[in-house]
Amino acid sequence: MAKQEDEVILLDFWASMFGMRVRIALAEKGIPYEYREEDLKNKSQLLLESNPVHKKIPVLIHNGKPVSESSIIVEYIDEVWKDKAPLFPSDPYAKAHARFWADFIDKKLYQIGRNLYTTKGEEHEAAREEFISCLKLIEGELGDKPYFGGESFGYLDVSLIPFYSWFQAYETYGNMIIEHECPKLIAWAKRCIQNKESVSKTLPDLEKILAFVQHLRKRFGIDE
Amino acid sequence: MAKQQDELILLDFWASMFGMRVRIALAEKGIPYEYREEDLKNKSHLLLESNPVHKKIPVLIHNGKPVSESCIIVEYIDEVWKDKAPLLPSEPYAKAHARFWTDFIDKKLYQPGRNLYTTKGEELEASRKDFISCLKLLEGELGDKPYFGGESFGYLDISLIPFYSWFQAYETYGNFITEHESPKLIAWAKRCIQNKDSVSNTLPDLEKVLALFNK
Repeated sequence: MAKQEDEVILLDFWASMFGMRVRIALAEKGIPYEYREEDLKNKSQLLLESNPVHKKIPVLIHNGKPVSESSIIVEYIDEVWKDKAPLFPSDPYAKAHARFWADFIDKKLYQIGRNLYTTKGEEHEAAREEFISCLKLIEGELGDKPYFGGESFGYLDVSLIPFYSWFQAYETYGNMIIEHECPKLIAWAKRCIQNKESVSKTLPDLEKILAFVQHLRKRFGIDE
Repeated sequence: MAKQQDELILLDFWASMFGMRVRIALAEKGIPYEYREEDLKNKSHLLLESNPVHKKIPVLIHNGKPVSESCIIVEYIDEVWKDKAPLLPSEPYAKAHARFWTDFIDKKLYQPGRNLYTTKGEELEASRKDFISCLKLLEGELGDKPYFGGESFGYLDISLIPFYSWFQAYETYGNFITEHESPKLIAWAKRCIQNKDSVSNTLPDLEKVLALFNK
């Protein structure tokens, strides 16, 4: 399935935590690929053709065949390049567990995080409380393990760590200090950055993301 | 992993299309289990303990260990009982494809469908258009294949077929006829019911689901 002359193209956007998941997975497996930055205000023909249903990044194009949706792409990568750095545990129950929490992150953390920098007043306050309680639930899931995957960095670590690059933005607009609320989660994130090159080379600077969110708020006319 | 004395409990609600997915998967594999009907207005202690994060059905409890979220449960079933009636294709690209369209159903079909019987006026009209265009996209994905899985009934067929039991409800409140909009999809649904015991034994009568709204 993985041939000598694999052509792998990733259509992505530098600040996307979903794109970062794919970049980390590819780096973990040591897979060479061509990164193509998309202008989300002017999407490429290739993107629109490769993901006509959602028209969103990331899209992985493997030997001309597109795969969309970050979790699905990461699972695909793990299955195709299965002999190197497995991201999933082999036990079905542990697998289901990892998938459940990645799904929780997608359903809950992303949207609530977005509300932190796009809403005001009561809606904002509700988002702030929900965001903190989501983080605490996730921190509870980590427990005292070095990684969500246990001794090894795995699928759930890959799913969550990109959100760390957005933490400064969440803190600034959510008016919170995540380290006060979830110190173990911050320790985990720093451990990932320190021990995994795939993470330290992929995650953008937190200040860059903050500047990006400031720019987004101006564009959407949200008052400072 | 699958032992002689497996204890399987499914916490479910008869009309849930998500619960139906799990029931069909278990039936496809011929796995015996204990079905427990939940009163969604008065959830059992076991449900609240087994799925404390979402407090939703379906939950599959396998030898005391709970698995939640219908797609995750179906994949779990396929992996544990892997020697019988495989549901997902083995080829990674085909697998990714089946997962993509199931994700599409969950993200795009369910909510507009729900809006058909919970909204009015402009919102209803917008949901009606959304719902029909989703059905047509899915119909395009089916193409001329007998099943979404190709020659065999598989994961994506299981993900979608429970929605068929809600079609009479959708049509009544959404004011359209699915067969006019997506005839191939109706033909596919009837084919599943005719050829697969797991489906015909699981899907409730369309009138029973419609009657849910007449209370």
